[in-house]
Amino acid sequence: MNDTLAGWLQIIALVGALALTFRPLGDHMAHVLTSPRHWRVERLIYRVAGVHADADQQWSAYLRGVLAFAAVSVLFLYAFQRLQNHLLLSIGMKPVAPDLAFNTAASFVTNTNWQNYSGESTMGHLVQMAGLAVQNFVSAAVGIAVVAALIRGFTRKKTDRVGNFWADLTRIVLRVLLPISFVMAIVLVASGVIENFHGIQSITTIAGDHQSITGGPVASQEAIKELGTNGGGFYNANSAHPFENPNPFTNWLEIYLLLVIGFSLPRTFGTMVGDRRQGYAIVAVMALIWASSVAIVTANELHSVSSSVGHTAGGMMEGKEQRFGIWASALFAVSTTLTSCGAVNSFHDSYTPGGGGMTIFNMMLGEIAPGGTGSGLYGILILAVVAVFVAGLMVGRTPEYLGKKLGAREMKFASLYILTTPAIVLVGSGIAMALPGERAAMLNSGAHGFSEVLYAFTSAANNNGSAFAGLSADTVWYNTALGLAMIFGRFLPMVFVLALAGSLARQQPVPVTAGTLPTHRPQFVGLLAAVILIVVGLTYFPALALGPLAEGLH
Amino acid sequence: MNNSFRNSARLAWAALRALLVLTVVTGVIYPLAVWGVAQAAFNDKANGSQVKVDGKAVGSSLLGQNFNLPKKNPNDPKETAQPDPKWFQPRPSAAGTDGYDTTASGASNLGPTNPQLVQTVNDRRKQVAEFNGVSPSAVPVDAVTASGSGLDPDISPEYAKIQANRVAKARHLDPAKVAQLVADHTDGRQLGFLGQPTVNVLQLNIALQQLAG
Repeated sequence: MNDTLAGWLQIIALVGALALTFRPLGDHMAHVLTSPRHWRVERLIYRVAGVHADADQQWSAYLRGVLAFAAVSVLFLYAFQRLQNHLLLSIGMKPVAPDLAFNTAASFVTNTNWQNYSGESTMGHLVQMAGLAVQNFVSAAVGIAVVAALIRGFTRKKTDRVGNFWADLTRIVLRVLLPISFVMAIVLVASGVIENFHGIQSITTIAGDHQSITGGPVASQEAIKELGTNGGGFYNANSAHPFENPNPFTNWLEIYLLLVIGFSLPRTFGTMVGDRRQGYAIVAVMALIWASSVAIVTANELHSVSSSVGHTAGGMMEGKEQRFGIWASALFAVSTTLTSCGAVNSFHDSYTPGGGGMTIFNMMLGEIAPGGTGSGLYGILILAVVAVFVAGLMVGRTPEYLGKKLGAREMKFASLYILTTPAIVLVGSGIAMALPGERAAMLNSGAHGFSEVLYAFTSAANNNGSAFAGLSADTVWYNTALGLAMIFGRFLPMVFVLALAGSLARQQPVPVTAGTLPTHRPQFVGLLAAVILIVVGLTYFPALALGPLAEGLH
Repeated sequence: MNNSFRNSARLAWAALRALLVLTVVTGVIYPLAVWGVAQAAFNDKANGSQVKVDGKAVGSSLLGQNFNLPKKNPNDPKETAQPDPKWFQPRPSAAGTDGYDTTASGASNLGPTNPQLVQTVNDRRKQVAEFNGVSPSAVPVDAVTASGSGLDPDISPEYAKIQANRVAKARHLDPAKVAQLVADHTDGRQLGFLGQPTVNVLQLNIALQQLAG
């Protein structure tokens, strides 16, 4: 079988698997988010935590829950890393430096999983499994909880209540993330991913050399790292490391896992709003963007477009693994940057200008195709609100989406949402470029070096966590700046989403008339895709022109 | 003011308790359950797919390693390690100073137009061609590029093939037998369509050692 046919087959198999799980997983999540019944173990958790899981909350109370949980998580994770040498299973690791510990805590709580450290030489096993991996679960669940509140904003009428944060959080962890992770972790171990508590083992090779192998509970962390679109690797090389991703099958499975919740949530949305066609329209836009991006990155990498290194070497294999090759690496790169995952099985810094530039552009789209768990869907719903608004302007009608009027108040929240991330990315990159010391952290020079800085802030503010890893970002300045970018990039948008949810829930739905814009037809799919590209393109074009575009044209 | 402070404190206390109980569930019970099943049912894989020769672990079939000549002066940081002609050589590696450092996995991260990387690729092509006695155009891409993990256990079948004659010569073996060994250790795509064909360098070298006796 040749490369091209094999490459296509793995994509077809992936799309097929996602299509098969779309309905059952989407409907299951809708049930979890709407069922009035609590499990017994959930009641126990509510009792221990001392929360009232039956009390329907106003959007502001819901938000306070989200923020309190995040704040406590950051402090807890910070303390955990600082004190790791006093704890069990530290395998001799020292306390993490204060700025790095802050950056890492912010990173994992915000579902970013940006890593300014190398796992195998920084984190003990207990921090990895009971600190970092716990945030992999709960940060993913918080994303889904917030989108659930937004969907309730559309479905409810004349109320100021959008659900209960503690119930949403607990149920998503226990009924969605935990069972899937458990099964998939076992499949990963059966395929070669390690799961042990060994420290560093030293062995002598047949050539007389020495090798120190770091063990760890990797498979259990790997499963939720992909499923929860977290992306923080146990090892520095992340999913390129053979212990995290030993063969092409595990690679395919990891891509599937990082996409599956994002692509199934539109079904949950359609089911909850009582019109599944609305969900199909959203998933169609996601699939369109994802497929185009896969095509662009794969073509760029296969043909070594504008890459002097690629032409010299005879192919784009720098930073890629032999067992995966170009096709499986490009597929992973696109999927990880279009979700908020940020795990990597190959190193984007060494991609062609077109391929690497596309991975930045994917994140700039706001990670909505399909996006991070929950955050992808609320991101694209905000853009749908903007698309409906634009259409309303064209015909001079008050826009409505799913029966809810989009007035000045709603549009303000949507606009603030859209402005937040670009402001963080562009201001952050601008300041970094203006400071000589921070500029010197670039590994490559010129346009490519600028791309490294732009990538870092784009990745942090969009909570992706992948990197053009040449940038030496483990400095006090970058640890602090990127940590703040992650926190604001995560929680400010959530404030606007929940405020919008509250505002929508209060409305009485307006009846559908002949003048209502249908939001389930191909026309709307095209409109939404165009609005996404125009909004993002106009925002970021100047920055992209200085980085990947300049390098590609050079 | 007092009241709102008390409410915030109560909320933070609830959040902390929720975090702790979820930590027990997802950070202790879950990984221990996976560990238990993994150790019971897939012991070999869960512990890193170790490769043993005469009962002694010599590496993991998943992790690449160096097959270099011993350094003349191990304390000289400037001396670069030289490949040993008696072994099949892995891909270049950016992990650690000498490559294949399992405590520093990672890639070069050099950009696609970086002149330094272009130079490195040209140097590698020249070195590999001379070392194996083949023409520079016969050197495949994986022989001149560093992998993502720096621990890539595999090379392409093409890279293994161009090394076979040199290895046979260095060990005074029949070249046809070494070529056959390469063919035997060439793995096709997984399930017929996933990934790329590979040759696992460590396993090939162990088989080579056994062939040489």
